[in-house]
Amino acid sequence: MAVSPRVFEAARLPGAGRLARVHEWWEQEHVFGYGLILPALLLLTGLVAYPFLMAVYFSLSDYWVGSPGQFVGLANYRDILGNDVFRQTVRNSFVFTGIALTLKTVLGVWLALLLARNLRGKRLIRGAVLLPFVIPTALSTLGWWWMFDSLYSVVNWTGIRLGLLSPPGPNWLGVPAYAMAAVIAVNVWRGLPFFAITVLAGLVAIPREHYEAAEVDGAGAWSRFRYVTLPLLRPVLAVVILFSTIFTFSDFNIVYVLTRGGPVNTTHLFATLAYQVGLQGGNLGQGAAISLFLFPMLGVVVFLQLRYIRRE
Amino acid sequence: MTTGVRGRGARIRSAAWAYGNLVPFVFFALFPFYFMLVTSLKSNAELYSLASAPLWIQRGAIADHYRFLLERTEFLTWMKNSLVVSVLSTGLSLAISIPAGYSLARLRFPGVSSFGTAVFITYLVPPTLLFLPLSRVVVWLGIADTIWALVVTYPTFLVPFSTWLLMGYFRTVPKEVEECALVDGATRMQTLIRIVLPMAIPGIVCALLFGFTLTWNEFIYALTFVSQTANKTAVVGVTADLIRGDIYYWGSLMAGAVLASVPIVICYVFFLDYYVSGLTAGAVKG
Repeated sequence: MAVSPRVFEAARLPGAGRLARVHEWWEQEHVFGYGLILPALLLLTGLVAYPFLMAVYFSLSDYWVGSPGQFVGLANYRDILGNDVFRQTVRNSFVFTGIALTLKTVLGVWLALLLARNLRGKRLIRGAVLLPFVIPTALSTLGWWWMFDSLYSVVNWTGIRLGLLSPPGPNWLGVPAYAMAAVIAVNVWRGLPFFAITVLAGLVAIPREHYEAAEVDGAGAWSRFRYVTLPLLRPVLAVVILFSTIFTFSDFNIVYVLTRGGPVNTTHLFATLAYQVGLQGGNLGQGAAISLFLFPMLGVVVFLQLRYIRRE
Repeated sequence: MTTGVRGRGARIRSAAWAYGNLVPFVFFALFPFYFMLVTSLKSNAELYSLASAPLWIQRGAIADHYRFLLERTEFLTWMKNSLVVSVLSTGLSLAISIPAGYSLARLRFPGVSSFGTAVFITYLVPPTLLFLPLSRVVVWLGIADTIWALVVTYPTFLVPFSTWLLMGYFRTVPKEVEECALVDGATRMQTLIRIVLPMAIPGIVCALLFGFTLTWNEFIYALTFVSQTANKTAVVGVTADLIRGDIYYWGSLMAGAVLASVPIVICYVFFLDYYVSGLTAGAVKG
């Protein structure tokens, strides 16, 4: 929309002069446009871009809490890359993200297909299924912590009663593989609603004619899903998976509350390790270097998302 | 999905099959909340007896854990802090994102699409990437260890989110309406406030709800920037300060988790549809 002469007419107020000129200036589309985004721009520059650059600077210095350090080049990166705990964290992050994301995608599509059906009580079921996503994660994870208690675990109690586990049942948070399984389970529990509801929105948008055509061709339920639903869901799935990749990879709450990264660092993720080293240990330089390892993943996701949006 | 010309029997069988498949999902989603509630109402004697069944209350429900929480801890202070932080930071974020969202969605000026991209990128930046430098920034600003540290930093994730969300809603307002107002002599600001905003109210309600939820639930900044018990938010207070030396804290811990979730549950029950549309708009419209 070009700046129309009418705008200037509107600006011609009685008692013209400097005020009217300011008004006229402000009514121009580009001035008004810049003016409206200015506060957001200042905030994002000051509290996102600048801190990000600070993190980069920290990671290149031996900055400790209370002592502004000196530039040390890539020493922090060299140190952490040679550190066993860090290498373990890299492995954990990929295992955690890979398994959790796969489960969320498969179960999420399945749940969305079920929710898309015109069932009685649909709204109530959707409300129930979405609940884990809105309740504060740190608090619901406290509930899971109690459910995985070494002595009073309700999971083990039920499993033993049903004959699925042999007494006393696994020590969920004390054995590396089980602890990882527990952390993944809680992440899937919390993230599944996001997948299901978003995929559901994608499903609802698929025109019925596609299915009718497939049915006329004699396609069964599976081929309808495989050759009609899935290809049409691809754009939505791509966005959801990319989105969830970055937020699963950078998860903090679940691991911090459930295991604190233990047992022996086998569930540490970048964020929890950065917290432990940078804040609890006070080594801000190394902590920042660790958290910056989230950046390449962020970069890949941003690149793919933007490419996808542009193509739309 | 497709009913076609199948008989009634087949339809009922198919619905029963769908319900049967939904049961595990609903159970999985709700069981932890049920179990937290049950735990918070049990006596310690029952909680820590290996002979009793953990799944239900056998020896009578008691309110002791809730009484302990309200009388012997700073729980109410934490709730008040959470409320102040959520309301102020959400208000501040909306005051910034409504104009920004409108500008990016509707106005044409050089660089508008790069600004849109920048907002989108910051929307994807996880808070865990920035908590270390921000913990220094709040120290320099002299607001470390106060609730203001949170009021100031929460907009860093709320502004990108709500700007992005609102852009979608502003695009749905017909352009002709705006142009008519401008022709009638309204200034741009009047057009925005009197014409466009009322039409985008669903989007603003949605942004408010998500803002309140995201800030109420926020954990890592609240954990990192505030260490005094009296200044903590509900989520961090319950998670960090209720665990005492002994192991017999589960009752009050679960009571705290239940009570601190109540404000979110209330919003959720009344505005479920907004949550659903906000969730899909945030990711899908992008």
